Amino acid sequence: MLARRIIPCLDVRDGQVVKGTQFRDHEIVGDIIELAQRYRDEGADELVFYDITASSDGRTVSTDWVTRVARVLDIPFCVAGGIRSLAGARAILHSGADKISINSPALENPALITELATEFGSQCVVVGIDSRQENDGYFVKQYTGDPDKTRATRWGTVEWAREAQRLGAGEVVLNCMNQDGMRQGYDLAQLRLARAALTIPLVASGGAGTPAHFRDAFRDAGVDGALAASVFHKGTIKIPALKAQLIADGISIRP
Amino acid sequence: MLAIVDSGGANIASVRFALERLGVRSELTADPAVIRSAERVILPGVGSAVEGMKRLHAKGLVECVRGLTQPVLGVCLGMQLLFESSAEGPVDTLGLIPGRVALLPDSPGIQVPHMGWNTVQIAKPVALLDGIEAGARFYFVHSYAGPANEFTLASCTHGTAFAAIVQRGNFSGVQFHPERSGPAGARLLQNFVEGRA
Repeated sequence: MLARRIIPCLDVRDGQVVKGTQFRDHEIVGDIIELAQRYRDEGADELVFYDITASSDGRTVSTDWVTRVARVLDIPFCVAGGIRSLAGARAILHSGADKISINSPALENPALITELATEFGSQCVVVGIDSRQENDGYFVKQYTGDPDKTRATRWGTVEWAREAQRLGAGEVVLNCMNQDGMRQGYDLAQLRLARAALTIPLVASGGAGTPAHFRDAFRDAGVDGALAASVFHKGTIKIPALKAQLIADGISIRP
Repeated sequence: MLAIVDSGGANIASVRFALERLGVRSELTADPAVIRSAERVILPGVGSAVEGMKRLHAKGLVECVRGLTQPVLGVCLGMQLLFESSAEGPVDTLGLIPGRVALLPDSPGIQVPHMGWNTVQIAKPVALLDGIEAGARFYFVHSYAGPANEFTLASCTHGTAFAAIVQRGNFSGVQFHPERSGPAGARLLQNFVEGRA
């Protein structure tokens, strides 16, 4: 049976791994290669690297660190941040990344999802969605890497997730912004809505604080992967202990 | 020398790096003469069957790959191209292994693409799996898959069963990504390099 994935997320700014709370106040966590290898050794199933400033600055991620990561890593990894063209995606994938994730550029130009899926296959194309709960609904935000540039879009979250799938996305990472960095648990209600709307894999992001939060996301929201950053960077949750607990809880996990 | 067929697909760098980690010298090449003279050949590939075959045709490599007599390992799309055809598009693939590659059906709880770490069920002795513990997980990421048939050495199940490791004569293929499957995948590549295929 396919294992549910534990995915540490490394936010990258200027070649360093950083972490903020609710997308603000970033502090340096460590070196990209060192952290990537540490998480691999601890049993991470996949890694995501987000160049958090690239999209709002209008830059594309540089590929030199992607190559360095690909040389040492023997688990899959995804790169996100400012990829807005076939050429940009090709550079990242040919540097050794397994998947690319697009967020703001997909909102600017939804046809990009189809172009990427046609060229590289849907399995390489992840659409990241930053979603905030407002009043009674969930809405998609754009350019969240910089709070001064963050803006609303016309999309409801579930509608955009469904549209991304229709256009050829192979996976959706749903960042629940209200929960990000709060460690109060994933937004299960929102994840359930997205899960019910999609036939492609869904990854939960934002809010992990305890091993039980991962269990709930897998068991109660049916997500395929759970992404977290600060609990891993700060050592609040150790991946081997987390996986042992999830296996004891009856979740399908790669030991 | 081990030749990696430069078919222009996306996972070429990661296959090359995985061999580097094993201390194996490889050459990334689209030169038919170099490929023909290599001791072993890896056919990587990510993307669609149509694009993959287009790239092989454009580089004049279709007959070259079909005619190889040394051990050949297809990886992911590279394995799917060993079959006769694919539901992914109107294209004849290499036709080295009987069967048609089909889309994996999704259903509640079975998401497609099949993405993540899964186990394989061994149908026949698999030298490529020498030294790898039973129940080891490999990393899969694909929407299409080859049929489990008499050339299947190991299958995988994601809703339905499909070919995970195939072999016919000197041609082998793995649907998962050994270059991204941790120590088990590294051992599989080592087995291929050392002639256990």
